[in-house]
Amino acid sequence: MTSPASLKNKVAIVGVGESDIGKVPHMTGLGLNAQAAKRALDESGLKLSDIDGVLTAYSFTEPYFMLGSVLCEYLGIKPRYSASVVSGGASPAVMLHHAAQAIASGQADTVLVCAGENRATGLTRDAAVTALLAVGHPYFEQPYGGSIPGYYAMIAKRHMHVYGTTREQLAQVAVNTRAHALLHPNAHMKKPLSLQEVLDAKPIADPLGMLDCCLISDAGGAFIVTSAERARDLKCKPVYLQGIGEYHTHEHLMCAPSLTEFGAIESGRAAYQMAGLGPQDVDVAELYDCFTIVPVIELEELGFCKPGEGGAFFADGHARIGGKLPVNTHGGMLSHAHAGAAGGLFGIVEAVRQLRGGLGPRQVEGAEVALVHNEGGILSSHCTVILANAQG
Amino acid sequence: MQFPLPQPVSNADSLPYWNAARERRLVIRQCKACGQPHFMPRYLCPHCWSDELEWVDAKGGGSVHSFTVVRRASDPAFAALVPYVVALIDLDEGPRMMANILGANALDVKIGDRVSVSFEDRGDGALLPQFQRA
Repeated sequence: MTSPASLKNKVAIVGVGESDIGKVPHMTGLGLNAQAAKRALDESGLKLSDIDGVLTAYSFTEPYFMLGSVLCEYLGIKPRYSASVVSGGASPAVMLHHAAQAIASGQADTVLVCAGENRATGLTRDAAVTALLAVGHPYFEQPYGGSIPGYYAMIAKRHMHVYGTTREQLAQVAVNTRAHALLHPNAHMKKPLSLQEVLDAKPIADPLGMLDCCLISDAGGAFIVTSAERARDLKCKPVYLQGIGEYHTHEHLMCAPSLTEFGAIESGRAAYQMAGLGPQDVDVAELYDCFTIVPVIELEELGFCKPGEGGAFFADGHARIGGKLPVNTHGGMLSHAHAGAAGGLFGIVEAVRQLRGGLGPRQVEGAEVALVHNEGGILSSHCTVILANAQG
Repeated sequence: MQFPLPQPVSNADSLPYWNAARERRLVIRQCKACGQPHFMPRYLCPHCWSDELEWVDAKGGGSVHSFTVVRRASDPAFAALVPYVVALIDLDEGPRMMANILGANALDVKIGDRVSVSFEDRGDGALLPQFQRA
């Protein structure tokens, strides 16, 4: 297999933005995207006319045909590079990959990456349920009454069976991320969460309860990517892409090659190889956490602990700010926000902020290298990103 | 409001599968070129891309690879059935499929349990392959 041309040190993220988050009934999904984009652009010091590429993902609440073009039209941008990327939750990291490739090959100079929707207030519960059921196979999964939490629950059950991961360890993931969310001024969740509350929450699909499941938020997120050269004289401290890799193994759970080995192993390997770095070099990790089992598996697959030790890693406090490897320092999708593809995008936003520094009690001291992992589907599509605050 | 359970929907890839189910047979696709079976019928073999495929009868035995007990259904049609079991079944022939575990002792299911196929009436003669603990 040929190695891709390295994107190491070629591009930087020069601005990040979050919309208002939580229940924002006075704004549309496109409006949340626009607010996040405006905040990212303001932070970067770039002008609107500097943006010549736009990438976005998908929206359940505003399911326009050609969402990429619709967003550009809404924002008043006429780009020479544009696409809608539909890799589920993996889309934001995949969009960063596409943006970096476009910039490195001269197809664009500055790319705005944007995603989000008003999923909390823009959909009735029934409509949200119907839309999300579509993740299951229409002919061979949906007739059995599964659900997204149910599919992830089967992965959790298998992990518990093979490795002895416990219900309490999974619950500790939710406790860990909530503690971090309380340090974030814009997080959806504002109240502390105890282990007992997670264990006592309404059961959804064994072993997962309501508080093992990500939020449903109104939220938009954005970041701006440009060449490392252009990034040098901008307002914000640039954060450089060091490595990035993808791997796609299936979409539907019944077709997953394994319930204990997923594509993060390969996407991580590619990202580390491009960066010339390993797990031991990472200071902070922002891992996709649609359900508590997911960051447990990602920790293992990305080499931060051995297979089967991810649950204990969280339960022993190693994933806390101040621990061995702080995970989801913004509160993740479990406690900060989840709104379609914006969920994973906030992992990138947070990694950039951690690498710039100055976050007060939320700051991971001396953070120089951050890893972000996004996954979409049922641990189906994977993209791993390694970022650093200096060119390596 | 009560919703009926969904009937299977067939398409050009899966019509023989659902027709066989109506006769209480579980059939799987097998490649004539490489010999490997696969689940989720398709136009070609996902292992070798041969388009020479045949339908073979599965014996109907398998084991539980993993499962969950659904306590809150996402699909309103299933709301009245909670708690119920959704499982991934490893057929003895090799392929993996999703199904419910039905029967009086379904909620006691464990990973590795032996199961055998049964067929659930979904109306109008449509039968859905399901599994029961052995």
